[in-house]
Amino acid sequence: MAFSFFSPKRHVRTDGVFTKCRNCDGMVRIKDIEENLDVCPSCDFHFPIGSQRRIEITMDEGSWNELFTDIYPTDPLNFNAKKSYADRLKRCQQDTGIADAVITGCGKIGSKNAAVAVTDFRFMMGSMGSVVGEKIALLAEHAVANNLPLVIFSGSGGGARMDEGVISLMQMAKTSAALSKVHKAGLLYVSIITDPTYGGVSASFATLGDVIIAEPRARMGFTGPRVIQQTMKVDLPPGFQEAEFNRDHGQVDRIVHRRDIPSTLVQLFEFFRPRRIYGK
Amino acid sequence: MAKALQDRSDYLDFERPVVEIEQKIEEFETLAKTNNMDFSEEINRLHKRRLTIIRDIFRDLTPWQRVELARHPKRPQSLDYIERIFPDFLELAGDRAFADDAAILTGPALLGDIKVMLIAQHKGRDMKESIRCNWGSAHPEGYRKALEKMRLAEKFRLPIVSLIDTKGAYPGIDAEERGQAVAIATNLREMSALRTPIVCVVLSEGGSGGALGIGIGDHVAMMENAYYSVISPEGCAAILWKDAGKAPEAAAALKLTPADLTGFGIVDAVIPEPPGGAHRDPDEAAANLKQHLISVVLELSRTTETDLLARRYEKYRRIGFYADLSSQGAPDSSPES
Ligand SMILES: [Zn+2]
Repeated sequence: MAFSFFSPKRHVRTDGVFTKCRNCDGMVRIKDIEENLDVCPSCDFHFPIGSQRRIEITMDEGSWNELFTDIYPTDPLNFNAKKSYADRLKRCQQDTGIADAVITGCGKIGSKNAAVAVTDFRFMMGSMGSVVGEKIALLAEHAVANNLPLVIFSGSGGGARMDEGVISLMQMAKTSAALSKVHKAGLLYVSIITDPTYGGVSASFATLGDVIIAEPRARMGFTGPRVIQQTMKVDLPPGFQEAEFNRDHGQVDRIVHRRDIPSTLVQLFEFFRPRRIYGK
Repeated sequence: MAKALQDRSDYLDFERPVVEIEQKIEEFETLAKTNNMDFSEEINRLHKRRLTIIRDIFRDLTPWQRVELARHPKRPQSLDYIERIFPDFLELAGDRAFADDAAILTGPALLGDIKVMLIAQHKGRDMKESIRCNWGSAHPEGYRKALEKMRLAEKFRLPIVSLIDTKGAYPGIDAEERGQAVAIATNLREMSALRTPIVCVVLSEGGSGGALGIGIGDHVAMMENAYYSVISPEGCAAILWKDAGKAPEAAAALKLTPADLTGFGIVDAVIPEPPGGAHRDPDEAAANLKQHLISVVLELSRTTETDLLARRYEKYRRIGFYADLSSQGAPDSSPES
């Protein structure tokens, strides 16, 4: 349940001004991509973005209140096979400026309050260890306590984080149990699939949304394509595990362009408002 | 008379001394019978020697050797235990959606005189069974069938007994198309709140999400020579060293043995196996498992539903190790603190 084969960057910065889009092969000005929400202006290809940037383009300006910022990863297994987990954690923290692979908080989307989490593929492929599990569980409980809809942006090529062993696996159980509380409280949970979402993340919180939205072409599955190809010795169908394929197979409700995600969330918040549960 | 050593595939390298002495014992027993002679003293001595040999080998098993034991070709599987513990098992197959998946067997059964719902992963003991059971790797319909039957158990408040033994959920195109991820995720969410006791035992291989998909319970135990891991040692080795041959090193790093997992607060009990492993005496292994199940099911049946659900939530909610910098003096959270 860990995959090593996803390149975190889907476009390679070339001379600092122009870059070659990995999808359409066109030379595009980096500035134009950045001003277009990191979407290729010529072919609409959605490049992966970090968690801070996601918050910036999703939440109403100045409304973001990050929560649970004091929770940091440790190295419970003293995992030191080939590379030291402790060292890798330190490097990831320096490179990304975040404590672990998720940021959580609350704020407004189109003037509506919501609890929001974003996993970050730049941090060990967005894999889930104790910190990701704990923060997602805390956020779910926060949503219940404050009667808020919950939105989680998932993007993880790593699934459950290998370096924390079965402790990571159990975070699947922990986050799913916490989401059961959201479910029973009658609150809306929208899961947004970004590229790529696999393994222990897809087999827990990412697929438990009341509504599951995917960015165009975002890949989601349990087992990664390379593993399937190698173990089954088969050719994969075109577009396998991409958003459109998953929608056609009933695994995703709707594909939404990055720029339309906030307005779609507002619509969903309006349609699916919590009903009063008496005696609770 | 002297039989050649058993088929190479039937024992592990480190078991060789055990196999040798067992064959010597067998030789003496045959000799005694055919010649009508008394070798009981010699045989007793060999039996004692056998136990000493086993104790010496098993005292210092490496994590990888334990993985090898868990995958032993002669190791008892779910149906071996079911035959011995649940002769009244009434298999009910329907997932009500797509197809039957024999990688997970489900149905009511009697545990002594307690009615339970049995959910059991089975790998297959011969080629025919293995093909039928897909070597214990379930498709989404297997997880959905399990949930159907667990809901039936909840309706009549039958305790659920879940026997886990899988290398992992099936990694195929069709499994992906039918939602392997969401099938497992749904089970995790629903099992966390199912209003009936759930008892889980990892019999041999606890292969990642495929095991966890029927593995949420009020009490989770492992057989002494089982392992439970987030990724197979081979898979881990392939990622870290690009070499599946480093699986023994990976097995050690992953901390996947019952002792490790008890230490992390993930596993509640370890069920002892007969000397040399469950395959040396499946009857004794089954008796130990049965005794364990009865005592845990009885204890959980005395718990009120509210307590049961609160404790189950808390059990999973507290698993995790991290530093909380806001709480001074307690940098490490752990199941114990
Ligand atoms: Zn392009």
